[in-house]
Amino acid sequence: MKKLGTVFLTAAFLLSTLGACSASGQAETTTATGAATTAAAATTTAAAAEAETGAETSAAATTEAATTEAADEDGVSTVATTADTAEVVRTPIDKDKIIIGVIHITDPSEGSGYTYTHDVGIQEMQATLGLRDDQIIRKNNVSDSDPSACETAIRECIAEGANVIFATSWGYMDTVEAMAEEYPDVVFCHGTGYKSNDTNFSNYFGRIYQARYLSGIVAGMKTTTNKIGYVAAMGQDNSEVTGGIDAFAIGVESVNPDAKIYVKVTNSWFAPEEESNAAIALIGEGCDVIAQHCDTPNPQLAAEDAGVYGVGYNSDMSKDAPGAVLTSVVWDWGVYYTQAVQQVIDGTWTPTVYYGGMADGLVDISPLSDLVAEGTAEKVEAARAAILDGSFNVFDGVLETNDGQTIGTEGGTLDDTTIKSGINWYYRNVVAD
Amino acid sequence: MSTLIRLISHSVLAGTPLLFGTLGEIVNEKAGHLNLGVEGMMAMGACAGFMAGYLSGSLLLSLLFAFLAGALGALIYALLTVTLMADQNVTGLTLTIFGVGLSNFIGQYMLVNTATNTLKLPEALNNRLKALSIPGLSQLPVAGSLLFSYDLFVYLSIAIALLLGWYINHSHSGRNLRAVGENPAAADAAGIHVTRVKYLNLLLGGGICGLGGAYAAMVSNGGVWLSDTVGGRGWIAVALVIFAAWNPVRAILGAYVFGAFSVLKYYVPKSVLSLPNAFYDALPFIVTALVLVISSILQKRKNAQPASVGLSYYREER
Repeated sequence: MKKLGTVFLTAAFLLSTLGACSASGQAETTTATGAATTAAAATTTAAAAEAETGAETSAAATTEAATTEAADEDGVSTVATTADTAEVVRTPIDKDKIIIGVIHITDPSEGSGYTYTHDVGIQEMQATLGLRDDQIIRKNNVSDSDPSACETAIRECIAEGANVIFATSWGYMDTVEAMAEEYPDVVFCHGTGYKSNDTNFSNYFGRIYQARYLSGIVAGMKTTTNKIGYVAAMGQDNSEVTGGIDAFAIGVESVNPDAKIYVKVTNSWFAPEEESNAAIALIGEGCDVIAQHCDTPNPQLAAEDAGVYGVGYNSDMSKDAPGAVLTSVVWDWGVYYTQAVQQVIDGTWTPTVYYGGMADGLVDISPLSDLVAEGTAEKVEAARAAILDGSFNVFDGVLETNDGQTIGTEGGTLDDTTIKSGINWYYRNVVAD
Repeated sequence: MSTLIRLISHSVLAGTPLLFGTLGEIVNEKAGHLNLGVEGMMAMGACAGFMAGYLSGSLLLSLLFAFLAGALGALIYALLTVTLMADQNVTGLTLTIFGVGLSNFIGQYMLVNTATNTLKLPEALNNRLKALSIPGLSQLPVAGSLLFSYDLFVYLSIAIALLLGWYINHSHSGRNLRAVGENPAAADAAGIHVTRVKYLNLLLGGGICGLGGAYAAMVSNGGVWLSDTVGGRGWIAVALVIFAAWNPVRAILGAYVFGAFSVLKYYVPKSVLSLPNAFYDALPFIVTALVLVISSILQKRKNAQPASVGLSYYREER
């Protein structure tokens, strides 16, 4: 009798926990050699030509704009909008009939990090387009290292009627590709990867390095020890993280050539304890500004605790550590989500590789706090203007690495493929030890 | 030199949640129960302690609720393994999944009901959790930062460890506890109420684990709530019990050594010794394996696991 009771209780206990069980581990983007197949190729030369002529008149067009990438004569990559030229290429979907499936790697209520920021974008899209709550299906805590989890989540969304799928994490890429082939009528958009097809599978990411450059200016102005700490999720072989560090470092150098950037790698996108530990160690070495490329506000909180300053990431982390955060490097994914869903509704959606930047409002830094050094705002505004008018692209000219190599050419700038997947060197003022 | 001092004081901070978890698990194992639910009990304590602090702003209530929540987790475990004699390993694992899930669930429920999508402890409470500054002592050149500049929890954990050392090895109840853990049938024959001893000590251990969770949630994370706040430290605590040879006082040293392992990679310059980060992450477990090997070669009964750990006690089968 006792044994029976045990079995029953244990079973009930197990069942009750299953629902609440949460997945751990997160991967956004890792470096990929295959990324060379990415990007610009998806943009036809015809579209590029149209983009150039349409660029002047497109200022007024917002949500209906189809974004394409075009290379101008200088080889400088710019983003132009082709509002008037978008053709109806798919069957338009009535706004009431559109159902969106979102595959999240963690839970949106994690607080301030990656998934939270993506979900804020989804909510922004929903509000802008006036969609009902039952038109958004969220699948949370979907492991990106387990293809079957992602596949199940996508199939569930489609079974519930989803006609658009947004998969936010890098590791979903191959599964999404296979699903796109199986369900040609469903629109698939994958964040941060590099794969797409020419019918119903697109890719989206953003020029976060532009915002990181600006945040580098803020940090460079503030430091008095000339030591700036940087808590990095991934090591030198990850182009997304390393490119971000370099953009930040170039920004620092533009206002403070004496400052060095000290990098500590946690090896995880979301690791509260590791992120604190890395920040505490950096502060111990004398760093008085702590920047980060990881998901929790812990580096900022460690900075606040120690009475130094910081630069947050993903969302505005001044809500977490108001006593430390100078500014945060932030995403506004709503810009992309709104545009993509509107295109699906209009039937103008094409599987374009989306790589939005500051000009699109996709990336930026949050408003400067009162803690920034005097004169910071002016320097930031000047740099912002240069980025927005295209006269400056962060990775311009010849760049020196911290091991004595040189990258790039005089008068040139790194192309998007390299920025996305080929930055595996640290800029000259970076110390990765 | 200064790097070494920083490494040591950082190790103490990183080791403190481990110490709580280890002490709790030692008490449980001394009662003859391998409780793999440390992570879950810590998570429950983390959530309860944090939320109590968030809502009341009182440190005392935080500690109380963290302890009670940990003990509640242990109560579920005790009910299943002592009274219903369920398998200890399975129950412990389930408790971990349950505790972590429940803690995240409550945390997310609280989060989505905030205006700013952030749960931050009240300023006054947060300040009380910061490193203490003891006049005259904290300012001493080396000893100041090594001994007198930690937060309250660090001193609390050391006090608990010393008290437990006395309790287990020198008190009357401690002798009963050890007897139950070694041979419950003999203890029963000697007139010890085995079930009561087991329940009391399982709850005590669970409560101590809960305090460790509160430390992880309230101090390590700087006073802002995060999901998965314990982050696997409960598992390291289980390994640490072996490292500490079931001795609460030795656990202090063990916890700080393991704390050092977890921060070492941020202090060893890559230019001096270039090892992959994964090596540092594996270090605690490599060392635990070595300790197991060495202790089994030495075969010291005093440092061994209590004999009845993992076995259910059927009174009728004496």
